[in-house]
Amino acid sequence: MATQQRRFTRFARTIAVAVSAAALIALSACSGGGSGGGDDSELGFTPAEQVKDSPITVWVDASREPAIQAFQAKYPDIDVNVETYDGNASGSGSFQTKISLFDQAGEGWPDVVFSTQNNDASWASKETNGQQAFAAPVNKGWFDQDFLDGFTPGSLDPLTVDGTVYGLRNDLAQSVFWYDQSLFDQFGYQVPTTWEEYEQLSDKLAAEHPGYILGSVGDSFLGMLVNYWGAQAPVFQLDGNTFSSDVTAPNSQKMTELLDHMVANGTLTKDSVFSSDFVQKYQGKALGMPGPVWFIGALFQNPDSLNVPAGQIGASTPLHWDGEDIGTGNVGGGTWFASSHTKNLDAVKTLMEFVTSADEYQVDLAGGYPAYASAAEKWTAKQATGGYFVGDFEKTIVDAASQVWSGWGYPDFSAETAYSKIVLPALASGKTIESVAPEWQQEMENEAQVQGYTIAK
Amino acid sequence: MEAPAVGQLNGRRQEPRTRRKNPNRAQARMGYTFSAGYGILLILFGLLPTLYAIFLAFTHEGAFAGLDNFVRVFNDYRFWPAVQHVAVYLVIWLTFQTIFVVLLALIVHAFGARWLSVSTRFVYYIPGALAGASSVMLWLFILDPSVSPVSGILRALGLDSFVETVSIENLPVIFTIIAFWTGAGGWIVIMYGALNNISQEVMEAARVDGAGTVKTAWHIQLPLMRKWISYMGIMTLAAGTQLFVEPRILSQASKGVVPGDYSLNQLAYLYAFKQNDFNGSAAISLILLVVALGLAAFFVFRGGLFERE
Repeated sequence: MATQQRRFTRFARTIAVAVSAAALIALSACSGGGSGGGDDSELGFTPAEQVKDSPITVWVDASREPAIQAFQAKYPDIDVNVETYDGNASGSGSFQTKISLFDQAGEGWPDVVFSTQNNDASWASKETNGQQAFAAPVNKGWFDQDFLDGFTPGSLDPLTVDGTVYGLRNDLAQSVFWYDQSLFDQFGYQVPTTWEEYEQLSDKLAAEHPGYILGSVGDSFLGMLVNYWGAQAPVFQLDGNTFSSDVTAPNSQKMTELLDHMVANGTLTKDSVFSSDFVQKYQGKALGMPGPVWFIGALFQNPDSLNVPAGQIGASTPLHWDGEDIGTGNVGGGTWFASSHTKNLDAVKTLMEFVTSADEYQVDLAGGYPAYASAAEKWTAKQATGGYFVGDFEKTIVDAASQVWSGWGYPDFSAETAYSKIVLPALASGKTIESVAPEWQQEMENEAQVQGYTIAK
Repeated sequence: MEAPAVGQLNGRRQEPRTRRKNPNRAQARMGYTFSAGYGILLILFGLLPTLYAIFLAFTHEGAFAGLDNFVRVFNDYRFWPAVQHVAVYLVIWLTFQTIFVVLLALIVHAFGARWLSVSTRFVYYIPGALAGASSVMLWLFILDPSVSPVSGILRALGLDSFVETVSIENLPVIFTIIAFWTGAGGWIVIMYGALNNISQEVMEAARVDGAGTVKTAWHIQLPLMRKWISYMGIMTLAAGTQLFVEPRILSQASKGVVPGDYSLNQLAYLYAFKQNDFNGSAAISLILLVVALGLAAFFVFRGGLFERE
């Protein structure tokens, strides 16, 4: 027994020494710092040592793969490794997660990343864990100003932090009012242009044609990014490092009352526009709805959704309050980020310019409204051919692209999460938005606080 | 008693070849060899990360920070709701799992027909073959009344939409059902094995004394299964405190209706990868470790897991 005991003690001691040594090695390895960020170059950041003709790694979601295929067809000499990921969609945070790990490791970053989240610049523009900010500035000498001026005015605002632009916008998602002309003609109604007319129309529709709808509140992007943003409601604002949310401000209050009123009279559905219930219940019964430009392919021309025949749907001026300037919401629109760690700046620049502005992708293949103005005009003209839309479709959506309300904020967290967490379950259980509005504001302020923002009261 | 060395027994100098054949040493070597793989992995992916987490939890930017990271986490508005969510889920799941696994194992064990016993165990075990994430994906369809094969049941319960189904008060029950469905089969098979281990003489004696099925289960089988039930309790606790995959996938599928900070593990994830606060994340991990170890100790001592018969 004693011999076994000694043997065991020896063994345990050996294990303990091995563990301690390994722990020390691990801890010392983990505490190693990376190179600090700086902007001691003419580009606005410190570039990595360049390796001529080195391959570049590009992360895209499945929808953006055609962009890279088109690029490879045009530039076969540039070696591109394509990696498909979730596009950082639906709050997955995968982009930031992976970059955080590469920052910890001090290597492995991709050269170009497409993200569906406009607010990624808020973290990608900051140095983390001793590593230079991932997103490279594009307006400090790297890209020509003439090229940058080609973007629709305001479209690079979400990517601008303290005057520096940290990426290029892929597409815009300005909201307009979509209407079904055939139903309007049948019912003898006028297309509304203001939120007030929209609400009055809802009462008329509910009384005369129950079962028909004027939109949905079943998604956070419709609730927040179409309705509250389009109402120019100050519920999600950022001024420097100060976040503010005011659900009691006049425009916020008016929109809350309007939505509660229209949910109550049944003209706003609580079903998400992407649910199968929505398609079953409302195919042919959507009189009109405020929504982003990408509703074209997602809802109207989609055989699995509303599938509206040609010659019925039109886009009209974004809804706005009577007597106020037009300001509309914005529901998405992806972004391309270039890595400040890339070893092939030339290839990255060529690719970034191609995917955002080249006709081969943005006009011929892209599903969304291009952020690059010249491509957007051609894309819109292409959508207008074939007589699918009625009315002055082209002018409306081009005008709306530069009418996005600039009062909205782009902090580290999404405007949608608090709405999803507080408002959507409340609506589903039959409560009004007004009854949970204080809780909703508190949630946004709490989110801002844990992200390090100061809360304006 | 210490076994005398072979050399002392025959009184002669031991030849090296003979020493190599010493059965004790050979067995010990084989034991170390077999356990080395586990030991190395335990050190690399268990002990070292734990040590690193302890280092991170008590430091900030490399300097000793005392309990600052813990205080920050405790003051986070998301922390206590997450604790509550996990605690409620654990209570429901643990109770549900213990009662039904034991009950089903007893029923399967009582089946007279061998084919019925074998096929029932197989059917119970099959859902466990699905990995955690894929089983949640499957449940996404079941939980959405607009596409669910059991939409009638959901609508009868007043759940007309996916948002209503996954409301925060329903989640502990939903997660319990998912976890039971995927994990119970394996435990039923283990409990079945434990029941088989009970000596036939003891069972026969109970029968002779006039004990029926229920009395035999209550007075004989359950007490003899105590260690296995404790073991299941520990493993269930360990898995339950680490709740992550289910709420994470539901959160993404519901576009945020299930909050991304529902469980403590999710909160630790947000600290690390959303806020770049690895110190706060490590503090949450340590809290989880301490709580899980405490509860495991309770089960070990109450269940007599280390008692030798």
